[in-house]
Amino acid sequence: MERIDAVVVGGGLAGLTCAYCLAREDIQVLVLERGDHPGSKNVTGGRIYLRPLRPYLPELWEAAPLERAVTKEVITMLGQGSSLTMQFTSDRFRESPAHSYTILRSRFDKWLGERVVEKGGFVVPQRRVIDLMKDDGRIVGVVSDGEEIRADVVIAADGTLSLMAEQAGLRGPLAPCHAAVALKEVIRLAPEVIEERFGLNPGEGAAHLFFGAITPGLFGGGFLYTNRETLSLGLVLGIESFLESKPPLETHRIFEAFKERQEIAHLIKGGELAEYSAHLIPEGGNKPLPKPYGDGIVVVGDAAGLALNMGITVRGMEFAIASGYMAAQTVKKAKERGDFSASTLALYQTLLKESFVLKDMETFRHSLEALENPRMTGLYPQWACKILEEIFWIGEGPKQRISTTVWKGARQGVLNLQALKDLLMLRRI
Amino acid sequence: MDPASKLSVDIFKNDEEAHIIIRQEICRQCELKPCLRICPAGLYSISEESGEILIEYTGCLECGSCRVVCPCGALAWSYPRGGFGVQYRYG
Repeated sequence: MERIDAVVVGGGLAGLTCAYCLAREDIQVLVLERGDHPGSKNVTGGRIYLRPLRPYLPELWEAAPLERAVTKEVITMLGQGSSLTMQFTSDRFRESPAHSYTILRSRFDKWLGERVVEKGGFVVPQRRVIDLMKDDGRIVGVVSDGEEIRADVVIAADGTLSLMAEQAGLRGPLAPCHAAVALKEVIRLAPEVIEERFGLNPGEGAAHLFFGAITPGLFGGGFLYTNRETLSLGLVLGIESFLESKPPLETHRIFEAFKERQEIAHLIKGGELAEYSAHLIPEGGNKPLPKPYGDGIVVVGDAAGLALNMGITVRGMEFAIASGYMAAQTVKKAKERGDFSASTLALYQTLLKESFVLKDMETFRHSLEALENPRMTGLYPQWACKILEEIFWIGEGPKQRISTTVWKGARQGVLNLQALKDLLMLRRI
Repeated sequence: MDPASKLSVDIFKNDEEAHIIIRQEICRQCELKPCLRICPAGLYSISEESGEILIEYTGCLECGSCRVVCPCGALAWSYPRGGFGVQYRYG
């Protein structure tokens, strides 16, 4: 049976970037996408940072269907019935080319798929891959809804759950400690309303993160990104911490309670629900797949656990695109050598290590240990909001000095060994 | 808003074949039943008649969280066949 150079499982950012880079080198590549078109099964928060990617794919961004250039960063810490919001903006965010953009994946990935086809790659939608073909331990192709497709190399770009990585024996089934679940609503709102409500110039956007009493004691948080004509509002919950939570709530009820907070309610007021989605995010303690390759297989993007939670920023898409690019570099080298064994494909991990992808993941390797601390979303936001409330509150009786209020509050909440340890843990972020 | 009303705005191409099947003989031994509360679409429920866990697979958002939390391996879990299931227009 005929054999092609490379088959990509999954039309997301990593898989499509890999296919794009292979196709422009005249390497035969076939992308199998189970949805109606690339992007139709994909979900992001989300926002993409372009600076790390420009050195790799400088030509791709001018015409890309992105949403708004993010010029405003907002963080809200929530207590029970109280909250503190910080807002940051800088002219540097307005410099061209822009620093980061909000993005909707159905539209973007479809466009990227068209670029693959333009370069001579094949993108076949409505094709689910159910099995890897193995011959004497090495991967030699895939089985897609009954049809066998042989290839020199399989690029597993099938997302966080990656059944391909599992079947290839590169890892076991995904465990609760390895993933977070994200729930998201896309809410339609007129562009003028978005700009006025969030205080934005036309075309500019805001990224707003929320943490604290919306997920009390749970590892997680909320996000809101402004798109051109919609808002992306979502909630992320670390699965392991969610399972241990008391009382045992349902994910969608936590999300509804988040939406009902007055801090959120006024931001989405008058909006109309356009889509409800859910997706898994790799949150395995910021640890990528130890060996993202094998004989005849390379694992890219979320499938390889390439995502990073740095607390105030959450990144995955740049890593996906860069990993797809590096997988393509590796496949090109393997084709030149005529050797697709693990020893040649190991180059992929070397390239990742030399790039921002694994360097950033190494730098922030322990950041989740600090962020997963239940006091970060429970005790501390509640405590800080309580003190602020006391400071701003003018009651019937005489008022204490502000310094006394803070000092008393500190003694009750954070002047203890535990809090000092937690503070020291923050160095890991 | 309950999950069912939210799902009504999404586009689904439903297959006649279920892509998630519960192996009741295994499921029965599970006490935690985390599927009931993890599913963002609220698709898992307990049958009043038999006490067994039921799933309404047609509203599945395909996140895979049920596969991750199922402690006993009671789910025969796959993605829907190519061209079926949820089709996100925004994502």
